[in-house]
Amino acid sequence: MKKGYFGDFGGQFIPELLMPPLLELEQAMQTILPTEEFQTRFIAMLKENVGRPSAITHCPNLSRDLGLDLWLKREDLNHSGAHKINNTLGQGLLAKMMGKTTLLAETGAGMHGVATAVAAAMLDMKCLVYMGATDVVRQAPNVNRMRLMGAEIVAVESGTKTLKDAINEALRRWLSDQETTHYCFGTAAGPHPFPTLVREFQQVISREARQQFMERNDGRLPDVVVACVGGGSNAIGMFHHFVPDPSVAIVGVEAAGTGEPGCDNSAPLNLGTDGILHGMKTKLLQTPQGQILPSHSIAPGLDYPGVGPEHAHLHATGRATYVTINDAQAINAFKTLSRREGIIPALESSHAVAYAIEHRAELKGKSVLVCLSGRGDKDMAIVDSIL
Amino acid sequence: MNPMQSKIETAKAKGKVALIPFLPAGFPSRDQFWKELEQLDAAGAAVIEIGMPFSDPVADGPVVEKASLKCLEDGIDLAWIFEGLKARKGTFNAALLLMGYLNPVYQYGLDAFGADCAAAGVSGLIIADLPHEESGFVKQAMAPHGVALVPLIGLNTSLDRMRLYAKDAQGFCYFVSVLGTTGQRESLPERIREKLTEARSIFTIPIALGFGIKHPDQLANFAGLMDAAVFGSALITHIATGHTSTQFMEPWQ
Ligand SMILES: Cc1ncc(COP(=O)(O)O)c(C=O)c1O
Repeated sequence: MKKGYFGDFGGQFIPELLMPPLLELEQAMQTILPTEEFQTRFIAMLKENVGRPSAITHCPNLSRDLGLDLWLKREDLNHSGAHKINNTLGQGLLAKMMGKTTLLAETGAGMHGVATAVAAAMLDMKCLVYMGATDVVRQAPNVNRMRLMGAEIVAVESGTKTLKDAINEALRRWLSDQETTHYCFGTAAGPHPFPTLVREFQQVISREARQQFMERNDGRLPDVVVACVGGGSNAIGMFHHFVPDPSVAIVGVEAAGTGEPGCDNSAPLNLGTDGILHGMKTKLLQTPQGQILPSHSIAPGLDYPGVGPEHAHLHATGRATYVTINDAQAINAFKTLSRREGIIPALESSHAVAYAIEHRAELKGKSVLVCLSGRGDKDMAIVDSIL
Repeated sequence: MNPMQSKIETAKAKGKVALIPFLPAGFPSRDQFWKELEQLDAAGAAVIEIGMPFSDPVADGPVVEKASLKCLEDGIDLAWIFEGLKARKGTFNAALLLMGYLNPVYQYGLDAFGADCAAAGVSGLIIADLPHEESGFVKQAMAPHGVALVPLIGLNTSLDRMRLYAKDAQGFCYFVSVLGTTGQRESLPERIREKLTEARSIFTIPIALGFGIKHPDQLANFAGLMDAAVFGSALITHIATGHTSTQFMEPWQ
């Protein structure tokens, strides 16, 4: 297979001027990641700063309601409230050891921005976060958290003013500042080596979850593993160690937007076509002329017209199934999990929980392990405005 | 020899820097665009670079981005560009070059794109998000149609990477003068001289300097190290503020 590809998807479709920093990063993955120094420090940070391993939680009430056996992998319990920190501490430490002084990030929901700000503060680095102007408004609590930890926020006014445009601006900034700055990409997408690098740092989710589930279930594997898919980092982390288990069904959940026919959505695997954006060949929401379409989801972290290339590959081979959940179904899951189990999920993660609720008939009697990628505090304003 | 190279060499033989103006297709309006092209051609452009608008132009600064997005809103697409060029085929003295991003070209179909370039009199293509590693399939599709893929290199391109690009490059080599996006800058970085000298030692085709250029005075330092100058943002700003392409080209004569 060609370097940086997952089947037909992936690659490095990026200006030549960004190739040197990408090659430098690829080099550092080979020379720094495997060293004892990196591994020792990284494992210590995951334990002492993030609080890993994160728990798995059985949901007795919702299991009874739905007629299935529901388990959650609790990435919401991580420091800063989502899976994003697994990646930012890994990339941050790598960048520090590469001699970089600034962490640059894009963010949608603000969770990746917050997690990058944590990493930068811990590692005594500068932090610069690009965020779509729309997201700055709808995820205001996260903007305040980032600023408090010393990050500089740039509100992006171009294009659709969401995650896609924040990535464009961050790439432009990286082009100019590549000598001192590491682009701490927030999801398992973008040009090679990011999809592989981010998976490397997120696969801890399924490494732990697989073992934890088996310990609690007499060595049995779950029947179904579920995660929401924005760019695809919590999902690839949740899927990775289950991919070789043929008995485990793998389900990724994309955001359908309002769910009305023809509405803006964030479901490129279900509704998109092959194309090239942000350095990768993948599935995209686009016009027949190749212009990228605006996306929509009530969950800002899913609001993206593309998806990581490994998911495009798992979709093409059929190893994973990708379904859609709409805004209303996600809100219902947000409320249901809060009410029945006392856990307030992020709106992104609510899409994964909603899968178990909406598909309960076909899941009857099965064990379902859902990645609860983040907590929902950041989403109270969005949900309040609807309730 | 690719027409872009011969036009640049013609200018060079006259002791001039060859001129490569850039305009997004459909700018400043559908009709006026073709008039601007005529003016640029009449004012002695060696190559005219036409931008194919894209929703997510990551290599472009705010001026080009804004102009391209407006053209997109006006419904400009590849079909419109090819139709207009085919209708005017043979009327331009300058060689024609299309510049853009891979996705619209990919959706159009590479072979159809190459064939339409040939039919429209286009002899070159710049794809801003296509480094050497991914360029094989595009080069292969363009070659039968006589369309050259113009390499972009810059201040951070190593000698080894320059050699990768030089191996089968045709037309000219585009040297990006800054580590950044398109747009005007008051001064150009010092290191350009050193890197241009390196590029000269490796490329046998002409070298054009672009990004941030607005006036011939900026080029005084680089005499002999480059053969052509590309200007986009400065020309766009000039036209957007009510001036003509002809006026813009005057100081360059
Ligand atoms: C809690 C949470 N889950 C999921 C996502 C989606 O990202 P990814 O698909 O990379 O996991 C985000 C993104 O911001 C998020 O904040």
